[in-house]
Amino acid sequence: MIAASAAETAFRALANARILVKDGPYGTAVQALNLVEADYRGKLTTNHDQKGNNDILNLTRPDAIAGIGRSYIESGADLLATNTFNANAISQADYGTEGLVREINLAAARILRAEIDRASAEDGRPRFLAGALGPTNKTLSLSPKVEDPGYREVDFDGMKGVYREQIDALLEGGVDFILIETVFDTLNAKAAAFAAMEAEEALGRRVPIMLSMTLTDLAGRNLSGQTVEAFWVSLEHVRPITIGLNCSFGATELRPHVQILAKSVDTLLMVYPNAGLPNEFGGYDELPDTTGRLIRDWAEAGLINAVGGCCGTTPAHIAAIAGAVAGLPPREPPVREPALRLSGLEASVFV
Amino acid sequence: MSATQFINIGERTNVTGSARFKKLIVAGDYTAALEVARDQVAAGAQVIDVNMDEGLLDSELAMETFLKLLAAEPDIARVPLMIDSSKWSVIEAGLKCTAGKAIVNSISMKEGEEQFLHHARIVRRYGAAAVVMAFDEVGQADTAERKLEICARAYDLLVADGFPPSDIIFDPNVFAVATGIEEHDRYAIDFIEACRAIKARCPHARISGGLSNLSFAFRGNEAVRRAMHSVFLYHAIPAGMDMAIVNAGQLEVYDQLDPELREACEDVILMRRPDATDRLITLASRFSNQVQVTEKLTEEWRNLPVSERLSHALVNGIDAYVVADTEEARLLADRPISVIEGPLMDGMNKVGDLFAGGKMFLPQVVKSARVMKKAVAHLVPFIEDEKDEGAAPKARIVMATVKGDVHDIGKNIVGVVLQCNNFEVIDLGVMVPWTKILETAKAEKADMIGLSGLITPSLDEMVTVASEMQRAGFEMPLLIGGATTSKVHTALKIAPAYAGPTIHVLDASRAVGVASTLVSETLSDDYTSGVAAEYADIRVKRAGGQSALAALDQARTNGLHVDFAEQPPVKPAETGHWVIDDWPLEELAPFIDWTPFFRAWELHGNYPAILEDKLVGEAARTLWHDAQVMLEQLIAGKWLTAKAVSAIWPARRDGDDILVFADEARGEPIARLPMLRQQVVKREGRANACLADFVSPDADWIGGFAVTAGHGIEAKLAEFKAEHDDFSDILLKALADRFAEAAAEALHFRIRTQQWGYEKAHVPDYAALIREQYSGIRPAPGYPACPDHSLKPLLFDLLKATDATGITLTESFAMLPTAAVSGFYFAHPASHYFGVARVGEDQLVEYAARRGVSLEQARQWLRPNLD
Repeated sequence: MIAASAAETAFRALANARILVKDGPYGTAVQALNLVEADYRGKLTTNHDQKGNNDILNLTRPDAIAGIGRSYIESGADLLATNTFNANAISQADYGTEGLVREINLAAARILRAEIDRASAEDGRPRFLAGALGPTNKTLSLSPKVEDPGYREVDFDGMKGVYREQIDALLEGGVDFILIETVFDTLNAKAAAFAAMEAEEALGRRVPIMLSMTLTDLAGRNLSGQTVEAFWVSLEHVRPITIGLNCSFGATELRPHVQILAKSVDTLLMVYPNAGLPNEFGGYDELPDTTGRLIRDWAEAGLINAVGGCCGTTPAHIAAIAGAVAGLPPREPPVREPALRLSGLEASVFV
Repeated sequence: MSATQFINIGERTNVTGSARFKKLIVAGDYTAALEVARDQVAAGAQVIDVNMDEGLLDSELAMETFLKLLAAEPDIARVPLMIDSSKWSVIEAGLKCTAGKAIVNSISMKEGEEQFLHHARIVRRYGAAAVVMAFDEVGQADTAERKLEICARAYDLLVADGFPPSDIIFDPNVFAVATGIEEHDRYAIDFIEACRAIKARCPHARISGGLSNLSFAFRGNEAVRRAMHSVFLYHAIPAGMDMAIVNAGQLEVYDQLDPELREACEDVILMRRPDATDRLITLASRFSNQVQVTEKLTEEWRNLPVSERLSHALVNGIDAYVVADTEEARLLADRPISVIEGPLMDGMNKVGDLFAGGKMFLPQVVKSARVMKKAVAHLVPFIEDEKDEGAAPKARIVMATVKGDVHDIGKNIVGVVLQCNNFEVIDLGVMVPWTKILETAKAEKADMIGLSGLITPSLDEMVTVASEMQRAGFEMPLLIGGATTSKVHTALKIAPAYAGPTIHVLDASRAVGVASTLVSETLSDDYTSGVAAEYADIRVKRAGGQSALAALDQARTNGLHVDFAEQPPVKPAETGHWVIDDWPLEELAPFIDWTPFFRAWELHGNYPAILEDKLVGEAARTLWHDAQVMLEQLIAGKWLTAKAVSAIWPARRDGDDILVFADEARGEPIARLPMLRQQVVKREGRANACLADFVSPDADWIGGFAVTAGHGIEAKLAEFKAEHDDFSDILLKALADRFAEAAAEALHFRIRTQQWGYEKAHVPDYAALIREQYSGIRPAPGYPACPDHSLKPLLFDLLKATDATGITLTESFAMLPTAAVSGFYFAHPASHYFGVARVGEDQLVEYAARRGVSLEQARQWLRPNLD
């Protein structure tokens, strides 16, 4: 057994004292910068258009990414996630930059590590960095070919390898945790977690994992059809430092699913919703104060240990969230009775 | 553990246990094999055991194939799996395809502790529980002592290694009894005793076993086998057995066994007498012919008429019988194409509705499409044989996710659904530049193009594609879809860029209808011109137009300069705050403007002329009749409660703001209402209006109101829903909306004639009211003259509207109940309705400051009015 990392111990201790604040999204913040192809491309030599490849900005506009990270720190975030949602070989292949995965992740981790370390040196407050792994745009549980439901574009070992490349670079760049987020297919997340556990074994040091599922319908299922409880049962072997939900909907719609997890999860619960539901132009209208008020309601109900923002949230939202939860006690994870817990698309608990 | 908590593990999807399943898998008939799994779940299996250990098979591949197919079957995949193999490579192949938490069956110490722990760690890393066989380096445990010894040792090793005790399931080996060999006689009782001992020694661990071994000696005699299983479980469960691999559909109830047979089985299992085996063998012959193996798995829906079976199969995504059913339908139909157009399309429409209604989720819809595809595939050769119009695809459509976007799930679904409906789909994939889309459409002589996108920037890219189509002289229809797209965006931004038909398709379920209409010779023109008119209407409402904007100060100079000396402000008879708690509906009914009621039902024309309209007159009359019947019922039954609040306050203008005061002293304002000014350059003689222009900078007044007719509606709607009466549901909602508008009209009349008192009429002229033939206006926040919805909370605070009427605002400023209207009253004769339309950055910046919010916030609120 590998002992807990210092960051993990510090994170748990802090989470024991108060509700922690995670940062907001990079996509929304990058969009607001109105960058052009030249910004994205930098000095890269590639035939592909890079505009829209937000992850490449870690290499080509590190100043912009550092600035966004700084704005979240200034908003009161305790936990930052790297700008690496699509920095995996599968997603980067769409931009012809799959060869740059290592550099992108290394840079992404180092940029924010530097921002965090500087801020913490100044004010003495501990802060943490999670290396973010997105779901990729391929799925291990669904066939893209309707006529051939047994077909898969990727296999488990391939997916695991793709994640391992990203994880190794993120760890080398100095992240404290690996955050597997926006999980729409639990099997993809299992491959990512497997890769993280193998990295842990190879490095001989603890690689704490954070897990965050996304829902595709209001009934509370992900794309591969699993309920939130089934998701938790499927991944509890990872012993994640945090588990929870992100993206999907706004805080209002997520609340019932957060309540379910709050009752059943015996580790820290982290949730970072969108700024409400998108309007007809795909934008988000929910005001920081509104988000703050909704999150405060979660905190008052004792539902959460860490909160942040996903699509449409801004540093102003994060500041509002930080203000809203300040002084409120964190959720106390319940102690779970031993039981045989299994899952298909739904959870089966045999007491 | 009581019998009710006992876990049934379905054994039929096991090639070693089921000859039928083995035959299906060896023959590669996975579709039928999935039905075996489905039947197991339907019969009550809480876990399904999958085993592919058969010499004729590539077991790894068979396991992988079956589990991947199973993942696409929500009604099977909802339960956990037991991945069962004696080969480790097969187990690992299965784990790689399993999203849920499964049980591995099994691991053991037969190859030593090291290998055992190695396997256990991998099981753990995949997130599974494990069956641990009572098997060590020496061999399988047969006696109770050996069973306990091995299980205890395995338990200690696993727990010390971090394996959760509750994920350990021991299989202490169920062996055959009544074999005639004396050493075998104790097997059952040893198992039962071992259960007790293991449970006491190994907290939280579970015990499982395969039942079929037990009765191996009575193969072929189903009645005796079932009785033995039942008796064995009856005794093993209280001893600690938690689960068994059984045929869930074939468990007999202990109490209902033949008493004589039950006793004979009990004698064998509990070893109660030395001649137990002989007695059971003798008795067995009596039962051998009594068994009707009632595989009562013929589901009831198979007895429905063929069209309903097809519909059932589509909705439930069952493709096992679809080819046979399609063939049956084809033989009954006059032409093969009628099967598609009739029962299959009916079923798909049902799926579309369920999907649109959020009652089906994505994997199910994809499954339905697959069933459809199989049915269509069966019909295609027959259609081609007919060599008529039906054989050619209806049309060819080029589809793409636009450049910069990689999301394609929605697009793929649309593609499939279109293909099911005889469209040829050329799917260009994701991140497709406009050049490729246009080239392909031209080269392939496409009939239409479909664009998809999920992220916000895709909206702009779609505009690019549309403009390039325009530049290249395309005329084919352009369909727009994807989560962030909208009819409004399409109308405002995309349709203006392209002269050909440009149509937003809300979701996959609408795609077929839209595409089919577009290729119909009789329907296409009306449809596209209808859509174009609708979008033009949206643009007018959104007051788009790309005319130049005047600078804010210029616009202000060109404002409406009312000469208040010439036409002084209208002094109200009284100021104050008035609440109507329960406004009788019969008083409001005459104020209803019926024209919008018909428009809500997509019947266009003015009331009452519409009742005599050549085209829609009949439909309008029927609807009118239904509406009158419900109107009477809802008034008599008081289904709805109308509430209203209104007020008149002293006010004065301050720039483009209106200040509201508590009293005539007009000291400290109680509210500042910032208004927006038109900035679109006007032709000579037309002012750049702003609602503040209608208010005097000296002493003036402004009113406000909020009304609702929606209280009580939910209860009634729930009744309709329970009766599946969609029509009444929609009708009531439409009527409630009309009542809310009528209440607004009636209240305005009351204010004009009483409190403000500038209008001298006492009896309303309803027709004149509908034509707005009166002085003064009642603009609503969020509507063209006052487009910022965020003024609603200010208005509500002033009115104490929530307290007075029970109307609440959502965080995006929508009113609840939805049948509600709120707004401001302006009384000056110069006041009139207008649309603010586009405003410039200068006004935005200033407005943010006046409104006291950040620029970012103001930009968000005014987005529809910004370029």
